[in-house]
Amino acid sequence: MTDILTDVMPATGPVVLEAIHLRKHYAVKRGAFKPAATVKALDGVSFQLEAGKTLAVVGESGCGKSTLARSVTMIEPPSSGQLLYDGRDVVGRTASEMKELRRTVQMVFQNPYGSLNPRKTVGSILSEPLVINTPMGKQERRERAVAMMAKVGLRPDQVDRYPHMFSGGQRQRIAIARALMLNPRVVVADEPVSALDVSIQAQVLNLMMDLQEELNLAYLFISHDLSVVRHIADAVMVMYLGRPVEHGPKDVVYSRPRHPYTRILMAATPRVNPALRAERVIPKGELPSPLNPPPGCPFHKRCPHATERCAAEVPALRPVDERLVACHFAEEMA
Amino acid sequence: MAAMPLLDIKNLSVEFTTRAGTFRAVDGIDLTVDEGEVVGIVGESGSGKSVTSLAVMGLLGSNGTVVADRMQFGGKDLLAMSPSQRRKITGKDVAMVFQEPMTSLNPCFTVGFQIMETLKVHEGLSGKALRNRAIELLEQVGIPAPESRLSAFPHQLSGGMNQRVMIAIAIACNPRLLVADEPTTALDVTIQKQILDLLVRLQKERGMALILITHDMGVVAETAQRVVVMYAGQVAETRPVDALFKAPRHPYTGALLDALPERALGKRRLPTIPGVVPGIGDRPQGCLFNPRCRFATDRCRIERPALFDVDAGKARCFYPLADAPVGAGEVL
Repeated sequence: MTDILTDVMPATGPVVLEAIHLRKHYAVKRGAFKPAATVKALDGVSFQLEAGKTLAVVGESGCGKSTLARSVTMIEPPSSGQLLYDGRDVVGRTASEMKELRRTVQMVFQNPYGSLNPRKTVGSILSEPLVINTPMGKQERRERAVAMMAKVGLRPDQVDRYPHMFSGGQRQRIAIARALMLNPRVVVADEPVSALDVSIQAQVLNLMMDLQEELNLAYLFISHDLSVVRHIADAVMVMYLGRPVEHGPKDVVYSRPRHPYTRILMAATPRVNPALRAERVIPKGELPSPLNPPPGCPFHKRCPHATERCAAEVPALRPVDERLVACHFAEEMA
Repeated sequence: MAAMPLLDIKNLSVEFTTRAGTFRAVDGIDLTVDEGEVVGIVGESGSGKSVTSLAVMGLLGSNGTVVADRMQFGGKDLLAMSPSQRRKITGKDVAMVFQEPMTSLNPCFTVGFQIMETLKVHEGLSGKALRNRAIELLEQVGIPAPESRLSAFPHQLSGGMNQRVMIAIAIACNPRLLVADEPTTALDVTIQKQILDLLVRLQKERGMALILITHDMGVVAETAQRVVVMYAGQVAETRPVDALFKAPRHPYTGALLDALPERALGKRRLPTIPGVVPGIGDRPQGCLFNPRCRFATDRCRIERPALFDVDAGKARCFYPLADAPVGAGEVL
């Protein structure tokens, strides 16, 4: 792995969040007589997130996208690498500085049925971040909560209701409102619409885009659904076993995918329009165990184009045709 | 196409008795499936699609009441059967694959035991023949090293592998009808593709009929021959797959398709359907979709439409959509 930054997709606007070679390794005990193994959940992820833009992270379960969310939201510190908010490094901050930094990045979780406390009213769910982080009085907090409800399309007179009295889509609106209470600059959304029905999904996506425009929010949008990502993202990063395999502007990646894994993901996404369906590539095999990743390119065992070189040599992430791609044969994938 | 459908259901209703009163989850639906046909049932949560399939399987709990004018499978009346007669059909001639492979398999028994259980009960196999048949089934559903997998427990296999095991159990007795309820919802896209291809391959090889229940329009479009769109316990539209996706007739189908990000390429905002699917206590008067429908008139608000004939199928709407409304939907 080189440490020269040729593997970062250069931003075109003001950068709010920058990750440089983020790694997160977990030690896993395998019993008394075996040495502990290491799971490389994140293995060198770099990206720049611009204000008002959306970076989508795409991949299957086990690719490290949720670990990335936990690192970026500072829920867990990375094992190595740097995380910079507005150019300021997160590592080495004092506790009070961390508290200040954490306000700038908030999270929306996948399941709105599990992420809201059922014993609290919407009003108290929304004011809780203010209790912890601001000196505001009770009355002011409630006013803020009511104003935020109106902003995300909930009726302000429902402020004293409990989460179970709302539908799934409304609950996700509450979760989004809660994330926005502290005026963050970055919102990490981990599969925010995958638990919702199609018609509700469209409502929540529209809301997220409206809020982004109004508040100049940067989204790190984690999803496995390529058609949702195509709609909402500005840039896309496809991950496989803890590493980015393709990263670039949305239109570039979608119109000319250059990593075989990106191609397989796209072909596997079910399409309503027969004209959009790709040739039937049936993906081989399953994601290998992250405890024991294959040597060489992590994808070579499932790749239809794999050669001997792929089994021996790890492909570096390198610029090809306006995007970064980690494949020895990216030039030939046209 | 066979003269008589394999599964013939007329005016099926399912009611649940709850503390809050009686709730009609399925409200007078007709469903026919021909021998070897792939029928997709789509709908949002609460549309009654899963309850319909459970009623067909006879797997509803004791608080569910099934009423139907006709419910026949292979010419036999399912409603007139005794429970023990019914059990001879369930799992043998009609089999089911459930959504969550991790929770529908029993964690306390090996995969092999769970496959062999079905074979013992319905086919009376035992000993070597039983074991060989189980291995053969695992092979057919594409599980590598099937012999060694017989002794594996569900937690030792991945979600995709467990779903393959579920399918192996379902096809163990060569069913004539396989009901798959959201078989790929819990799986990753590449695994979803593998499982769908497996289901379609098995369906073709065995000439088995398949009911595929899903909320994913893309899955239905790629797999089914005929589609039933359900809304609030009723059939909103039922038509052949190509016709339905090319030119939906029911405004609900049209709106659902418009809300797909795939069909909104280049548009900033997605067209949405306002409101939510009506729940237990708030079924509207007139057409069930009227509060959310852009085209609703006074008639829709008072009178409940029947299923009218439209080209190649039926739609429950007084004012079915004309050709090519998709994509023309205004942004709400």
